[in-house]
Amino acid sequence: MTVFLENARLIDPEALTERLGNVVLDGGLIAAIGAANAPKGAVVIDCGGKCLAPGIVDWGVKIGEPGERHRESFRSAGRAAAAGGVTTIIARPDTAPAIDTPELLEFVTRRAAGAAPVRIHHMAALTKGREGREMTEIGFLLDAGAIAFTDVDHVARDTRSLSRALSYARSLGALVIGHPQDPGLSAGAAVTSGKFASLRGLPAVSPMAERMGLDRDLALVEMTGVRYHADQITTARSLPALARAKADGLNVTAGISIHHLTLNDLDVGDYRTFFKMTPPLRSEEDRLAVLEAVASGLIDVIASMHTPADEESKRLPFEEAAAGAVALETLLPAAMRLYHSGALTLAQLFRAMALNPARRLGLPQGRLAEGAPADLVLFDPDAPFLLDRFKLHSKSKNTPFDGQRMEGKVLATFVAGVQVYGNAGAEEHS
Amino acid sequence: MTFRARHLLGIEQLSPEEIRTVLDLADRYVDFNRRTVKHSDALAGMTQINMFFENSTRTQASFELAGKRLGADVMNMAMAQSSVKKGETLLDTAMTLNAMHPDLLVVRHGSSGAVNLLAEKVNCAVLNAGDGKHEHPTQALLDALTIRRAKGRIQRLTVAICGDIAHSRVARSNLILLGKMENRVRLIAPPTLMPAGVAEFGCEVYDNMAEGLEGADVVMMLRLQRERMDGGFIPSEREYYHRYGLDGDKLRHARPDAIVMHPGPMNRGVEIDGELADDINRSVIQDQVEMGVAVRMACMDLLARNLRAERGRRAMGETYV
Repeated sequence: MTVFLENARLIDPEALTERLGNVVLDGGLIAAIGAANAPKGAVVIDCGGKCLAPGIVDWGVKIGEPGERHRESFRSAGRAAAAGGVTTIIARPDTAPAIDTPELLEFVTRRAAGAAPVRIHHMAALTKGREGREMTEIGFLLDAGAIAFTDVDHVARDTRSLSRALSYARSLGALVIGHPQDPGLSAGAAVTSGKFASLRGLPAVSPMAERMGLDRDLALVEMTGVRYHADQITTARSLPALARAKADGLNVTAGISIHHLTLNDLDVGDYRTFFKMTPPLRSEEDRLAVLEAVASGLIDVIASMHTPADEESKRLPFEEAAAGAVALETLLPAAMRLYHSGALTLAQLFRAMALNPARRLGLPQGRLAEGAPADLVLFDPDAPFLLDRFKLHSKSKNTPFDGQRMEGKVLATFVAGVQVYGNAGAEEHS
Repeated sequence: MTFRARHLLGIEQLSPEEIRTVLDLADRYVDFNRRTVKHSDALAGMTQINMFFENSTRTQASFELAGKRLGADVMNMAMAQSSVKKGETLLDTAMTLNAMHPDLLVVRHGSSGAVNLLAEKVNCAVLNAGDGKHEHPTQALLDALTIRRAKGRIQRLTVAICGDIAHSRVARSNLILLGKMENRVRLIAPPTLMPAGVAEFGCEVYDNMAEGLEGADVVMMLRLQRERMDGGFIPSEREYYHRYGLDGDKLRHARPDAIVMHPGPMNRGVEIDGELADDINRSVIQDQVEMGVAVRMACMDLLARNLRAERGRRAMGETYV
């Protein structure tokens, strides 16, 4: 099927530009950009001057399969992704049990196939049971389709075992994702230390724990030569270390969650557990510093860090409550806050949400260019709405944005040239 | 008289006027408690449930006595050995109790914010008897009453709070109350027992007793909470006593008429010298226990009045709408 998207505001994250134009989708690819007229027989969609960007490649999505399907299934996550303009999900292995064998990876790959309208790639655990002791069968897992390796928020204490896993991963060219956090300093912490944590009497971690974790990981990267991505860099004090590593030519990239860019530690307020995250939300000074780092490109990737949690695990005293938030559907509207505040342009946002993660993971997505996969999102960055968490497609409703005024609505999502969300096609005429 | 609160969750939610209202009423209850016949019907017909998820003898006894003297039907639930052990969540426990129509719920819990969470889900007045490392409002109020009776005022005083501040909900509530009433607050502790960012609360921070106690009107000692420590906060109890334990020598740095307080239970020879604790010319520790009952009576009386008024309004609304 050929689709002609006309009169769209084209967001190009490679050239960091925006312009009005038309796009032709054919054979699952972007066939042409800038064609004046629709090809014969094409379905014509008038974009009405709204934004067309590469679909989001969301790196670090927790799906509850296997083990916690009541929190999120491939089907529900897929629907939420399509509604949020996410065309590729990079799923996390912190399931129950952890995805640490090729058999389990094949199982989830089979489960995911056809269940979701968007693309799903799976990461595998770096160590068995994510325990940080014995490495997984990295070679077999790569053969089975693992896109990267991570123990997610479990930080290995045993640096000798970790260095072996990293050396082995390097020999296979595998990409490893670390969670920069000193495990001792951050043990049991629910919030970032400071005036607010002291006032609320909550167990807290110094933001320095992230710097220490990052310093350790970067030393191991220098030692082993592995390709490394830090999942979330959220504090100002980590940034010089990251900049130095990149300047030294280490194969290092870094990400951050949308929550750490749009919320701060004070948002926890009166023990609101939907604002409990891993790592915990940071001070406003830290938020502004990392926002600046995303703008400059020092931090490469913005992700949802989608973490579904059921009501029971959130309706507990703050210390005991589960951490994390669902965000597949709220990533784009939350990111629009950064656009409307003038902190980031739309092109910079899609560089961090689509182009950079795709590039780092070796995927052809993330570009608005001829020959690239026709994975696209059409959205209105200005459309206002009041977020009602019970209207989310996710099975879990734990979003910190509940009841908040948002701007930015997805109008249509395309995967391989096929519209998987929205009714833009209903307005077709030729 | 001003007291608008529906629950007593923390000092943070009280205005200076509300604090003064509690103290004034508590003063009257002090005299009342010294009579031979000490029984009032202020809470007659009302049900008070004491839910202590952490073991407590002193605070629970104080609340129980306060309720009984006001004529409430008091029930104690030792939650530490109950269905919570069978996996019931805090909110399920709360809903179960709520269905029994209590009027006053007194709650102590080991997690900060747990009492706030519970108060959102029940229909009665909730009193925080200590939640984690967050607040212990009746302790701060009884300390304020003790100070006011000993010093004749509860403003423009220099108050030194010393010891294990990091683990102390008593310190937090006192810090907030004393600040609201416009006192000068000093915190004295080794850096390992000082919470981060406290200087931003507008208090002075010291790690040396002699310097911190200089010119203090009130010296508030805190218990070293060994049960909340997971190791490595202080090198040993004897070194802690040497550097931070209050004895006659260190107290000489405070004003000659400075009073000594302690929320109890005391670790004699760890944070305070035994003889000093018993010195009736300096120590008001026994007074604090007496004030505790009176303050809790005042708090429950005021909350019960608001509860009755609220229910009255609701009943009227139902009749006339």
